Amino acid sequence: MLLDTIKKELAAVALSTEEEVSAEDLAATETPETVERAEGEAPAEAPEGKEEEKPRPPIMETDYRAKGFHLDVQVAPDKVVEAAKILYKENFFIEAVTGVDWLKEEEFEVVYDYNNMAELCRVVVRTRVPRSTPQLPTISEVYAGANWHERETHDFFGIEFMGHPDLSPLLLPEDADFHPLLKDYTP
Amino acid sequence: MSEFALSQTQETFVMNLGPQHPATHGVLRVKLTMDGEYVVRAEPVLGYIHRMHEKMGENRTWAKFLPNTGRMDYLHALAYNHGHVMAVERAAGIEVPERAEYLRVITTELNRISSHLLWFGAFVLDLGGFTPLLYAFDDREQILDLLEGVTGSRLTYCYYRFGGVYNDVEDDFLVGTKAFISRLRSRLPMYHGLVTKNIILIKRLKDIGPIPPDMVTRYGATGPVARGSGFNFDLRKNEPYSVYPEFDFDIPVYTECDSMARYMVRMDEMEQSMRIIEQAIDKLPEGPVKAKKVPKTLKPPAGDYYCAVEAARGSFGVRIVSDGTNTPYRLKLRSPTYSNLSLFEEASEGMLLADALALMGSLDLVIPEIDR
Repeated sequence: MLLDTIKKELAAVALSTEEEVSAEDLAATETPETVERAEGEAPAEAPEGKEEEKPRPPIMETDYRAKGFHLDVQVAPDKVVEAAKILYKENFFIEAVTGVDWLKEEEFEVVYDYNNMAELCRVVVRTRVPRSTPQLPTISEVYAGANWHERETHDFFGIEFMGHPDLSPLLLPEDADFHPLLKDYTP
Repeated sequence: MSEFALSQTQETFVMNLGPQHPATHGVLRVKLTMDGEYVVRAEPVLGYIHRMHEKMGENRTWAKFLPNTGRMDYLHALAYNHGHVMAVERAAGIEVPERAEYLRVITTELNRISSHLLWFGAFVLDLGGFTPLLYAFDDREQILDLLEGVTGSRLTYCYYRFGGVYNDVEDDFLVGTKAFISRLRSRLPMYHGLVTKNIILIKRLKDIGPIPPDMVTRYGATGPVARGSGFNFDLRKNEPYSVYPEFDFDIPVYTECDSMARYMVRMDEMEQSMRIIEQAIDKLPEGPVKAKKVPKTLKPPAGDYYCAVEAARGSFGVRIVSDGTNTPYRLKLRSPTYSNLSLFEEASEGMLLADALALMGSLDLVIPEIDR
């Protein structure tokens, strides 16, 4: 299955983490030999995770019917290019790049949506950058289509994609110096 | 860059195509760097009809955003309605009655035919043939009349609601739809005789504007553009939603990768849409058209959700980030033509200007949907 293949490959770039895999994720995963269990701590601790609110594991299969995507991967900002290369090798195509402004956490989340034409497999790659220095590398060299998506994300959030060929406003006026999707933006 | 463009002298000039130009179907501006009649670089300049729908989404309740969806792709508004209501239904866990799903399919597919008809007319108009436009609009008018009776509007529909559709259809809509299908069935061979087999059209489209499969993947092109490059990718089959799995229909795929392939995909899709509508009308179940107990103030549980539908131009995706309140925290709209147009710069390099316009027409651009 494509999902299992890509999950194994993406585990290499997913955020490394100390916390164990949540019980939910273990239940959702069919194969007993999952990569994150190997990376995480002993599965015996998993029941504890049920009681207290644990942060989500960096790579997890999601309930497709409820969420609309199959695999949810969190990576460090400098790993997005590697993740893109892995997905490109498996013939995924880029559907969209977008941001979410988490004002309270003082962070931007950058979300990459991938899909595959041969077999339905929606992969979401996310990364978080601090709001004060919103910088991460561009994936437009891997996926040429990301060029416009990243430019649009720069328009709306002011997130800088390092190495991007042209970050001038695409949808906003050419002299725009504001970023309308910021939660603290007032016109 | 193509060999020709490289071998030429460095004497180039910059020319603006649009933002007001008959061949750009709206306010698209393309900054062309030309070497004589050859395109050295074509850089689309967007944003002339940018309305920031995503910000508007954050400022109003889930339901109040519904009319906005019909104003992005005004040619296939119902697919955009569908994408948004499906995303919110998924987030809020709303079940849709079966009759409503059937009505959604019937109206979406009718709308798809009307979108393809308009594209057909406008595309041939781009290539210099005026008459087919008049024929196509004549047929399209029938659909607009049919949908007007059901939805109350002629173009920017807002017919779907969370958990169903706005109102039930009358029998004369179903009768009229069947009559329209038999009418269009008799007209399509005429279109093929008049246009598809026309030697001028074939010379203008065959092997013009190749989009290799690799380019489709890199740019994320979907819809007829991907299917004209050999990808058997249609969300109605690949990611079955609504009641599409219950119908027997084919996905037209052409492997030639040229403008003619994209033309043929859309022409064949109209026939497939008619097949779907016929089956849906025959199978249309009785029952309610709206789910009971849809709360007036929707508060989907916090989290993010994704939902995509196959619009006439490709996959339209809605990414919702909810924080559990009655307004979206973030609403991302993934429009298909945005990705489809982004490959134009690479694909049009070294082409003759007239051929580049044929390529652009074959992408089926709707600018309000690109700019959002």
